[in-house]
Amino acid sequence: MSVPLTLLGLLEREPSHGYDLKRDYDTYFGRDKPLAFGQVYATLARLSRDGKVVPGEAEPGDGPDRKRYAITPEGKEEFEAWLAEPVTPEPHLQTVLFSKVVLALMLGRSAEQYLDTQRAAHLRRMRELTELKRTDSLIDVLLADHGLFHLEADLRWIDMTAARLPSLARAVAS
Amino acid sequence: MSVVTVADEIRPTAAMIEAIEVFFDFGQTPALRGASVSIREGEILAVMGPSGSGKSTLLHCLAGILVPKSGEIRLSGTRIDTYPESERSSLRRDTFGFVFQFGQLVPELTAEENVALPLLLGGVRRNDALARAREWFGRLGIDGLERRRSGELSGGQAQRVALARGLVARPKVLFADEPTGSLDSLTGELVMELLVTAARQDGTTVVLVTHEPRVAAYADREVVVRDGRVSSLTPDLAP
Repeated sequence: MSVPLTLLGLLEREPSHGYDLKRDYDTYFGRDKPLAFGQVYATLARLSRDGKVVPGEAEPGDGPDRKRYAITPEGKEEFEAWLAEPVTPEPHLQTVLFSKVVLALMLGRSAEQYLDTQRAAHLRRMRELTELKRTDSLIDVLLADHGLFHLEADLRWIDMTAARLPSLARAVAS
Repeated sequence: MSVVTVADEIRPTAAMIEAIEVFFDFGQTPALRGASVSIREGEILAVMGPSGSGKSTLLHCLAGILVPKSGEIRLSGTRIDTYPESERSSLRRDTFGFVFQFGQLVPELTAEENVALPLLLGGVRRNDALARAREWFGRLGIDGLERRRSGELSGGQAQRVALARGLVARPKVLFADEPTGSLDSLTGELVMELLVTAARQDGTTVVLVTHEPRVAAYADREVVVRDGRVSSLTPDLAP
């Protein structure tokens, strides 16, 4: 799970304060593991240093940091590239898949297109493993089977999510 | 959307079989809404998609079982959806092979008679047809079962007999609709392995309808049917 890229994605909606980002991150992506405030501000500082976000003027009020951060064209470009790219097909990557789908929906992008790209990447990997099974030893066949079943589980989740996209889009927009 | 203005005559194409902007309705319910797909000679194409997406209807249109409401089906560039039923029936017997989810063997016939059926219907003499049918039993690892009836075969054995029947007439195109749908994982894998090996050896083009990713992974390429239209997941990289 990439915290910097997810924060960039949240900033693409609108310029936000650190505490808004933490709240939204925890709501959508950090249910098991909420983000520490320290990590939010450290990440924003790093993104700012790298020219991906710019802080606005400090606003009056309480709290550690009253700046509103905005994404830069460079940050936007990096986020877009990340969003469009399929995740490497391997087991246990659901959280990244999940984040990309939610962010795409939140930003009004084509989550369906992303899911198709991911489906193609998964099937390509499954074809490679299937081909391996035809040539390799029985031990390798067992390992390939394990990979195939896990990738298939991901694909079932992708199919199910694709079928749920309209209702998911409404849930994320509300 | 491309506008197809080609005439009905043969036109040069790299495709073995293709659907061009095909529409088909079941009564008031549209099943295909402008489905287009092209399959090259010797290619194994997986057609995926959710239940009710139209993938089996697309297979039935390609195979001349159903006639599209509009659009075209072409075999090696020749339009076949305009053929009368008698000619489409000959195509299904001589040029196409079929394997379905449940072998659909004729229960009154022995396994070898089932395999020989397409040849017998095509006018091949009984002894020749049975001899050619028997060759497939060794090839698909079911030798010794030639005289059994379908009730005496396991699911995996029956599906291999059905596969032999689908391939015995050396079809140009094999249509397989969920060919492993009724089998356990290991038996399904064996059937797919045999299907793919036989198709590759004989250069048979295969249209494989499946909702199982592990089955689709045996294909060269996959497309997804959604709401009666075809989306390619992967760019066609072949020359």
